[in-house]
Amino acid sequence: MERNSEIELRLLIEAIYLKYSYDFRDYSGASIKRRVNHALSQFECGTISALQEKVLHDPAAFMQLLQLLTIPVSEMFRDPSHFLAIRNEVVPLLRTYPSIKVWIAGCSTGEEVYSMAILLREEGLLERTIIYATDINPRSLEKAKQGIFSMENVRAYTANYQQAGGQRSFADYYTAAYGYAIFDKSLCENVTFADHSLATDSVFSETQLISCRNVLIYFNKNLQDRAFGLFHESLCHRGFLVLGSKETPDFSAFGNQFEPLVKQERIYRKS
Amino acid sequence: MNGATGLPAIEAIVIGASAGGVEALLSILGGLRKGFLLPIIVVLHLPNERRSQLTEVFARRVALPVREAGDKTTIEAGTLYFAAPGYHLSVERDRSFSLSLEERVHYSRPAIDYLFESAADAYGPTLAAVLLTGANRDGAHGLAQVKRHGGLTIVQDPNEAQVATMPQAALDIHQPDHILPIRGIGRLLVELEHIAC
Repeated sequence: MERNSEIELRLLIEAIYLKYSYDFRDYSGASIKRRVNHALSQFECGTISALQEKVLHDPAAFMQLLQLLTIPVSEMFRDPSHFLAIRNEVVPLLRTYPSIKVWIAGCSTGEEVYSMAILLREEGLLERTIIYATDINPRSLEKAKQGIFSMENVRAYTANYQQAGGQRSFADYYTAAYGYAIFDKSLCENVTFADHSLATDSVFSETQLISCRNVLIYFNKNLQDRAFGLFHESLCHRGFLVLGSKETPDFSAFGNQFEPLVKQERIYRKS
Repeated sequence: MNGATGLPAIEAIVIGASAGGVEALLSILGGLRKGFLLPIIVVLHLPNERRSQLTEVFARRVALPVREAGDKTTIEAGTLYFAAPGYHLSVERDRSFSLSLEERVHYSRPAIDYLFESAADAYGPTLAAVLLTGANRDGAHGLAQVKRHGGLTIVQDPNEAQVATMPQAALDIHQPDHILPIRGIGRLLVELEHIAC
């Protein structure tokens, strides 16, 4: 017999899907459960059913819940060696394309977008690149667009940037004011921020490089397979897929359709 | 319940440790014989969390196969798993692992609380949880959650622990089934295996 909390959780997720078309049904259970429990205290709801009633009838409350269900924990040049490997192993091949399309899937508040844009600018590729930065959370996308990050975090990103093979002073890319770093708007000239769900939407463009880092860990195997399918469909012949440090297509339904280029750094190529 | 010992059959063991944990774990796990049946899942806080040779270090000193717990991989019997540095580790109800990057808990990622709570949810009364030496309060709530789900809880005797803060924090909010020195914990794990189903 299922516990009440299990039943209520499934009903909540179903209600969110039916009402707002956000599909968390194939997310990893343990983490979503934690976040819903956290939401209970934030919303001062005694049960998940009470939370469901609230978000079903109040879109603003749902938008608030969405902030708690998605994980905006990100940093710039996270895993510096990953970005160094992109610079050394992927960029020389990207260079051979007259124009480049990059998809940052699950871009959250934009840290991965700015990292990629800075790297491509330093390699002289940004001007002929279009970056699609997608996420399911409109508030995260808005924040990403603004490109304002706390100085405290930016200090940590500076060390990452340098270890990632950064060629300039990281401060060249932002203006510091009142404890915040405002990133150079020109980095985003060719960036399109868009609402896109790996759970419900389809492919929108052919791309040469897809970066989807620390997004797939929140999905169960089903949904991971769906995402790998989208990436496979979107990537051009021999296109690049780069993932988070604990993610791999190896055990997915698309395991033999991607081959490692730099396995240690989770850089794969469509085979 | 198992008639002979009065202990419920155990399907998995989770262990949390922080400061002083490497030594404590080596002496507990080093004593297990080859072919030990239960999976053992460990969160060990490390100061430099990005690079870790934990699996290598333990593989040399422990008779069980040692692995880093991989996202969406199925938990296998008789295997010692370590949480990947920098990521939270959870157990799913289908007895597989999932990783996440939620905020740190008690300044820690991986957090012992998250492993314990999710494993309690997945295994219920067939889980044994062990909390060892450490300098923060991670694991106390997780251990209480294991008990709430009917699992077996074991805390290292704070008088013996290299750093008493973590076991003491657990004792402050929860009365465990056993408070034991390292040697006693090692012996109990072997006993748990004998009543494993």
